[in-house]
Amino acid sequence: MCGIAGLIHRGKSADIGSQMTSMLQALKHRGPDSTGYALYGDGGKDYIMRFKVAEQEDLASGFDIHDTIKERKDTVDARLKEMKVKVKDEEQVTEYAHRYTLSFDGDLKRMIDFIEDIEGVEILSIGHALELIKDLGDAAVVCEQYSLNGFKGTHAIGHTRMATESDVDIRSAHPYWAYPFNDVSVVHNGQLTNYWTNRRDLERRGHRFMSDCDSELIAVYIAHRIDEGDDLEDAMRRSVNELDGVFTYLVATADSLGMAKDVMAAKPMVLYESDDLIALASEEVAIRSIFPHEIDTFDPYEGEVRVWQS
Amino acid sequence: MAKLNTEHDSHKLGMHTEQLSGRTQQVFFSPSAEDNFVYHDSIEVDFKKTAEIDAGPLDISDVNIKIRDLMKRGVGTITVKNPSAKHSLGVGILNRLNLNFEGSLGYFGCGLCDGPNVRISGRVGWSCAENMMSGTIVIEKNAGSTFGAAMRGGDLVCKGDVGSRTGIDQKGGTIIVGGNAGAFNGFMMQRGRIIILGNAGKNLGDSMYDGTIFVGGKIEDLGVDAVEGEITPTEEKWLENKLELYGMSAPNGVKNLTKIVAGKQLWNYDNLEPSEKKLVL
Repeated sequence: MCGIAGLIHRGKSADIGSQMTSMLQALKHRGPDSTGYALYGDGGKDYIMRFKVAEQEDLASGFDIHDTIKERKDTVDARLKEMKVKVKDEEQVTEYAHRYTLSFDGDLKRMIDFIEDIEGVEILSIGHALELIKDLGDAAVVCEQYSLNGFKGTHAIGHTRMATESDVDIRSAHPYWAYPFNDVSVVHNGQLTNYWTNRRDLERRGHRFMSDCDSELIAVYIAHRIDEGDDLEDAMRRSVNELDGVFTYLVATADSLGMAKDVMAAKPMVLYESDDLIALASEEVAIRSIFPHEIDTFDPYEGEVRVWQS
Repeated sequence: MAKLNTEHDSHKLGMHTEQLSGRTQQVFFSPSAEDNFVYHDSIEVDFKKTAEIDAGPLDISDVNIKIRDLMKRGVGTITVKNPSAKHSLGVGILNRLNLNFEGSLGYFGCGLCDGPNVRISGRVGWSCAENMMSGTIVIEKNAGSTFGAAMRGGDLVCKGDVGSRTGIDQKGGTIIVGGNAGAFNGFMMQRGRIIILGNAGKNLGDSMYDGTIFVGGKIEDLGVDAVEGEITPTEEKWLENKLELYGMSAPNGVKNLTKIVAGKQLWNYDNLEPSEKKLVL
């Protein structure tokens, strides 16, 4: 089933970590397998890179895993040094998840490919504003594990996952980062029926997939369209016709938030829009978790695409 | 329970004239079978006895249990405050009751109801009034998709906009939408009426077996086997009366509503049973 949520503050920052946690926890019944956040901070000149060196389930795979995890992390550090990436700050959030602040002027895609070439290593996100956090469990668990309360930023998207087409693991959890474009992320509720056709096409064009989850395709598709010269809204409008199936998805970039709904309108989305805040979710109960008072909401229609700026 | 008249107003208005083709049979309740209209455990309530429930701190099931407990104590008018878009509130009420929600409901609100008069001051989520049997439900703001799905009777009114698939598989009753409606409205409807005063999205009335859809605004396109019909004087009168009941009116008068009915050209209008087809073939 899955639940998705998004919010964007216009012209100001707020505690989006707490707000998104409230929204996602209200959607827990739509998917308790994993929870993910794409949080957009105020941004700066440096890159923020979130990456993992193992799956949570790997920790139970044997006595050597802890050494393996350490070796992978050391290899990441060595390769960053080799690529002349300056690591200004590093934080180990869990045994397998890290947050680095980087300074780098070189070829970003080449650097990303070099790091992801290490077995078991996946870059969850890289960008000036985006921080992508996802792990197993509900929003309360992930929020506490990654200390997300108090995270200041302008906008965020999030996802509660009920695994249907792929495994219960971090690589299949949402959001997906639109590799190699920094600051672009996607969450999705639905099912794409022309996944493999599109995936083969995009792979032939040089795009990489880290999972077998159909939702990742949307992120890669959007990245490809942006690479072809579309702006975000154009890419999303095109996707409504070219991606087959039932879906509602949200996309965020460094300064915008977008939503698209398939032409069958088979997946829900409720929208609240005011002068200073837009909030949207699979169910109104998620929006109401951050608005104690009565508000006016509505359902976007079939095939509808909307984009808002922060 | 109120005594039933042998003479139905709806008969005078010609509202029982839908002739379903094929194998379907029309069966109407007989006033002589009055006992069958009352559930064996229905409760006599006094509409003058009122009570309030604050749903804010309560779980969904606690709110619904409180509604039933109050009905058992003879309370006939219940106001639920702070529903906060919780799901499945006010479901399965098989009794006369005035039920007011001050706020919005989530998914599946007031489903499977048979008898209550419900007023919701806010919005409702997906599948409001699914399988509603009788009574009235009036929503002051917007509604989500599958509004009144498989509804069998009563009046379901949304004064704002509704999502997609309104009245899907509708089997009776009346759905009124004050604003616009999304796609696939009246999909596979079998009987009953949908009145959309605003615009209707694509595939309106797709594969409808029977029933009638009236639209005040633009229709994006019609679904398979949905065709335009001509509004009769009886229907005009019925439409005026029905809309007036809820303080609503057609933007350009009921005469200018577009009427959509089933063309009845689909395979399912073949009268032959599968066993009979075998004989023919």
